[in-house]
Amino acid sequence: MKTEFWNGNMAAARAAQRARVQSIAAYPITPQTHTVEYLAKFVADGELHARLTKVESEHSALSACVGASSVGARTFTASCSQGIALMSEVLFFAAGLRLPIVMAVSNRTLSVPVNIWSDHQDTLVNRDTGWIQLYAASVQEVYDLVFTAFKIAENADVLLPVIVAYDGFILSHASEPIVPISQEEADAFMPPPGQGTWPILDPDNPQQFGEVLFPEWYPDFEYKKHQALVGSLGIAAQVWREFGAITGRTLTPIDTWFCEDAELLFVGIGSMMQTTRAAVLGLRARGAKVGLVNIRSFRPFPEQELRQALAGAERVVVLDRDIGYGTTGMVYPDVLRALYALPQRPIALNMIIGTGGKEITPQTIERCFELGLEASGERTVLWPDARGPEEGIPYDESIQLPPAPQPGGCALNGGAG
Amino acid sequence: MVMKPKQVTCTEHLNPGNLACAACTEVLGFRHALKVLGPNTIAINGTGCLAVVMQMGVPKVPHFHVLFENAPAVISGIDDALKAMGKRDEVNLLVVAGDGGTADIGLSALSGAIERNQDFIYICFDNESYMNTGGQRSGTTPFGARTSTTPVGRAVQGEDRLPELRKDLMAIIAAHNIPYAASTSIAYPLDFMERVRKASTVRGPSYIHCHSPCPTGWSIESSRTVEVARLAVETGAVVLYEIENGERRLTQKIKKKRKPIREYLAPQGRFRHLLDDPEAIEHLQQVVDRGFAATLASMS
Ligand SMILES: Cc1ncc(C[n+]2csc(CCOP(=O)(O)OP(=O)(O)O)c2C)c(N)n1
Ligand code: SF4
Repeated sequence: MKTEFWNGNMAAARAAQRARVQSIAAYPITPQTHTVEYLAKFVADGELHARLTKVESEHSALSACVGASSVGARTFTASCSQGIALMSEVLFFAAGLRLPIVMAVSNRTLSVPVNIWSDHQDTLVNRDTGWIQLYAASVQEVYDLVFTAFKIAENADVLLPVIVAYDGFILSHASEPIVPISQEEADAFMPPPGQGTWPILDPDNPQQFGEVLFPEWYPDFEYKKHQALVGSLGIAAQVWREFGAITGRTLTPIDTWFCEDAELLFVGIGSMMQTTRAAVLGLRARGAKVGLVNIRSFRPFPEQELRQALAGAERVVVLDRDIGYGTTGMVYPDVLRALYALPQRPIALNMIIGTGGKEITPQTIERCFELGLEASGERTVLWPDARGPEEGIPYDESIQLPPAPQPGGCALNGGAG
Repeated sequence: MVMKPKQVTCTEHLNPGNLACAACTEVLGFRHALKVLGPNTIAINGTGCLAVVMQMGVPKVPHFHVLFENAPAVISGIDDALKAMGKRDEVNLLVVAGDGGTADIGLSALSGAIERNQDFIYICFDNESYMNTGGQRSGTTPFGARTSTTPVGRAVQGEDRLPELRKDLMAIIAAHNIPYAASTSIAYPLDFMERVRKASTVRGPSYIHCHSPCPTGWSIESSRTVEVARLAVETGAVVLYEIENGERRLTQKIKKKRKPIREYLAPQGRFRHLLDDPEAIEHLQQVVDRGFAATLASMS
């Protein structure tokens, strides 16, 4: 296939098209909006034989996906931020019904303050809804993850919905060279849509869905859902190996980089791990023994793989582009759990960076590196890019607030909300 | 025109043994609707009494208890997915929900599904309260009614919002220019079944509002639920009519001299506190008279 030049939203839309989705329901929200618009255009141009249900809210978007999936259709949606917050009860509902819906999420923080830029708050607060959560670090990964997500979700031993998350603007709006999979290769790899590996609403075989389950049986059901999510890690790895055999690009639950001799290891999710690679190269050139682990599958959590990768490090710095208010970032506790079983545990720090889209540059990561070497480990949660904490950036008293806009001035409208 | 008794099938699509109170009219309505629609039906049930009492295999058709407010969105997805897969023609898509799920929490989803011209039948069983959670007021609770959130106290007695502000679901739905809508009552099953049959022939959305007294919530004897439903029509508190492509017509003859509203209120415990208050009864009579006159005047 010839190389294309696509942004993340286009990559997600094209991947869904390649997977021959049959039903799409979505509602616009920045920075996801283009995904829905692209899909609407594919349908209008006859390039994609699917129905687009143009719902009146995200709550209805995911509900319509539940309907479509419950009659056996291959189903796709996209959202972020306030949209996922509005979907919240339907997230649990879809996972409880074991419906293999795929949702692309161009991560964006939540109001207020109002902010349309990326952090991982929107998906991470929904980590316990029963969805698989995969995080892309590049536009190519957006494409590969969305495409393969259908095969993982529809596996009869999984039957769980999947979120493929990618940073808003940083990946959703930035174009990168992409190598798509051809339709012939896609069709050979992916079972045809609408074949139904899961129970469906069918008058020829009437069944009841969404029924009451009494306490005596509830734990059995929860256990099965949990086990399916845990077991999906191996199935995803298998699907990604098959995909790699065709494309030469094999995805893995985690990526390791310079872990062998590293004294300090960064751990994190999303596009900031690409920036961290660049920073690690720079630091290595100056003799620092540093490396990184990129977590691609956050749910299920690849505990053992991570433990192995982190075993030799003296210090671990978990980068969280999110905050679990009143405790730590939301990736950190899972990493701690992986470390706990090690005979010699490293000092594990948590650095909260890049919330609300604050730019993460190689310098940000270098600062995290310095702090990571200095820190005693007594204070574990640090905020290197915020104004306020001692490790943060100092207030510059000389900076004046801009004057208030005059009446009739231009507001932030037209494509920003 | 109503259905003739001999047109009604003896085949049942509900198994015996549901969990409802004796004389639950929601179950009765669902049973009658399925007699008309037959086994080739997928029933989507918004949370409410009906969804909960249908547990453990009562319906013989595919039955999906969804969330409280999202049944119209779920059925939209089903409608579109079946169309995408070339299987839409084979099946009736039915939503059943309560007045809470319809008038309050699910109104935007229903509005959206109608506006998109999704192909489905929506039946709202209006028992004028949230019964599944124990009988709280809803947007269709009538003036003066006692519910658990509009108790009878020293300062306020029952539902006290202005009677004119009670949600008129038929009017709200009609404002969408829906191809077919009908106001029905559980006390007129042959009329109800005929409206459901008509709804099933529509390509696009159709809406059936079914007045469904609840013995438990309204404090009426189980043996009198249907009688109370009939009294609602005979007093003019409920008017049965249909709207077909904008044409409005009455579907139940009304006697010149309607029964006084007191006869409808008296068997219901939820209005007991009003019965000794002639002023309140007169007020309610005026409310009914105004509503009745307005509905009649709107007929084509
Ligand atoms: C989002 C949400 N809020 C609240 C509830 C609790 N709840 C379940 S059913 C119900 C009331 C149902 O009333 P109605 O739709 O009138 O149906 P009925 O039970 O009277 O038939 C409520 C409040 C819920 N299930 N979901
Ligand atoms: S409370 Fe009313 S609506 Fe609910 S099951 Fe009992 S009779 Fe039916």
